[in-house]
Amino acid sequence: MLIVQGLLEGLFNGLSIGAVLLVAALGLAIVFGLMGVINMAHGEFMMLGAYTTFIVQNVFKTFGSPWSETYIIFALPVAFLLTAGFGILLERGVIRYLYGRPLETLLATWGVSLILQQFVRSVNWVLAIAIVIFSALFFGGLWFIAKRADYDRIKTLVWTIMLPLSAAISGAIGFVLAQTFKLTVTKPWFGAQNVDVTAPAWLRGGVRVFGTFQIPYARLFIIILTAACMAGIYLFLQKSKWGLRIRSVTQNRTMSSCLGIPTQQVDSLTFALGSGLAGIAGCAISLLGSVGPNTGQNYVVDTFMVVVVGGVGKLAGSVVAAIAIGTVNYFVGSGTIALLVQPIKPLADFFTFFATASMAKVMVFFLIISFLQFRPGGIFPQKGRTVDA
Amino acid sequence: MLQISDLNVYYGESHILRDVDMHIPEGQMICLIGRNGVGKTTLLKTIMGLIKPRRGSVDFLDRPINHLSPDKRARMGIGYVPQGREVIPRLTVKENLIIGLEALDNPPKNQEIPEEIFELFPVLKTMLWRMGGDLSGGQQQQLAIARALMGKPKLLVLDEPTEGIQPSVILDIEAAIKKVVKATGISVLLVEQHLHFVRQADWYYAMQKGGIVASGATSELSQDVIQQFLAV
Repeated sequence: MLIVQGLLEGLFNGLSIGAVLLVAALGLAIVFGLMGVINMAHGEFMMLGAYTTFIVQNVFKTFGSPWSETYIIFALPVAFLLTAGFGILLERGVIRYLYGRPLETLLATWGVSLILQQFVRSVNWVLAIAIVIFSALFFGGLWFIAKRADYDRIKTLVWTIMLPLSAAISGAIGFVLAQTFKLTVTKPWFGAQNVDVTAPAWLRGGVRVFGTFQIPYARLFIIILTAACMAGIYLFLQKSKWGLRIRSVTQNRTMSSCLGIPTQQVDSLTFALGSGLAGIAGCAISLLGSVGPNTGQNYVVDTFMVVVVGGVGKLAGSVVAAIAIGTVNYFVGSGTIALLVQPIKPLADFFTFFATASMAKVMVFFLIISFLQFRPGGIFPQKGRTVDA
Repeated sequence: MLQISDLNVYYGESHILRDVDMHIPEGQMICLIGRNGVGKTTLLKTIMGLIKPRRGSVDFLDRPINHLSPDKRARMGIGYVPQGREVIPRLTVKENLIIGLEALDNPPKNQEIPEEIFELFPVLKTMLWRMGGDLSGGQQQQLAIARALMGKPKLLVLDEPTEGIQPSVILDIEAAIKKVVKATGISVLLVEQHLHFVRQADWYYAMQKGGIVASGATSELSQDVIQQFLAV
């Protein structure tokens, strides 16, 4: 009885760890798996999603009950749209110039991830207003001037004048604001400390299954959310017109464009979708612990791991990999395996040694490395005539 | 319909196409012949917009299209069947065909494959749910042509459609293309080494070392010319 209960508990916990891994990896399965873009800022998109949840929570708190209890439902689409927007900015501004150059993409997106981390630490009213004014002046001005017929000729001149000018104006306005209103505008919104998202009352507690084993509602919520995201992505990619375009462009960009598919729009949309999913993942992980500027870093390695182990370009692979990694992680980390092999002393000692959260991770990584030696293509490698082409 | 003037294309510093002039009138089938490596595929890629010319112009339907991206050119009515087919491997045959509809401005609401396609290429009908990448070379070639035809092109550009394909399938493809030209009156630009197919065209251009060196009606295509530009 005890063993059955232990196994069930392990399975559920493995599933719930796997669900967190999966929801975090889903966006990357699209961005890295389908598009082949190594986005090191993916974790930071999750962090932005988590902070968005925090903001939505605080806004809804001021409305009082029942709004303060349902904020999470509204935070999901807001986080999705916001991170998708950031994703489009990143794709249009940086990544599209680096297609087919993985090393440069890796470096550039890593830089973006550092910028985003520092951004949430130091963002305040002055910074936000300065950025808005700068974008309005610079991009608005460019948009206005680009309509002139001789734009191509005067482009360099326009840039050399507009860039420092807009920067100077927005900087000056920011400085004046900071001097006039002092702390009210220069105080960081979030600061370097972690912030807390409190799960609404209906997500606290859990269902008691038997004995002392209970399933927390927050975990259940994440599992259901992950399943819903999976189903949504699957339907979108397999059934919709844009899904077909995405699948076509990710497999053969040149030919797709020769057939009349607007590949640039497809790229932006695909990247936005992947980033938006990172936002949803951020919402989910904000329920599990406090949220800080480094939250994303804790997840980015895990998400790449899931995508690679599952087989790059295979959504189903990511699902299996996430659940497998979650389950192994839990069984090793909780000491369940050590309990099972108790009669054999040396084995029991061995597994007891690994029965902490960090050591379990060491073991999981070791297992993954050895697994990839035998199956470099992951659990579900690409098959068929076209693999080598 | 398609007018190419003074076209010069480089890969890096190597000069590939030299002062190419070419004219494709409406409703005609034009064949481009020449040995391997003289720049035939490069010329087609430049027409499609995959390579930017350093000098010269490409006009389609009396509009300069030099600055347009490949997808805009496809939407204007250039259907491209590249060398090596380039069927999308992990899409089903049906999805590959539906992708061909992207070139249309107003694609039909119901995504059904018109019966004409299956009349031209009956082999595709039985394979709608197979993955494109799992088909044989000849089947992929037929799929690639069918896909280009789904977009109702005004000009069909074919790059060596018979390369590495068994003789009976070559005849099928030949017959299908003749049938399409007759039924719809579209223009065809064909790069071909297979002599029987070359003779189906109205007009030929012969290329050597990146330039057009001869042209004329295919009815006048003499053994000498063939010896000079096609024989190895």
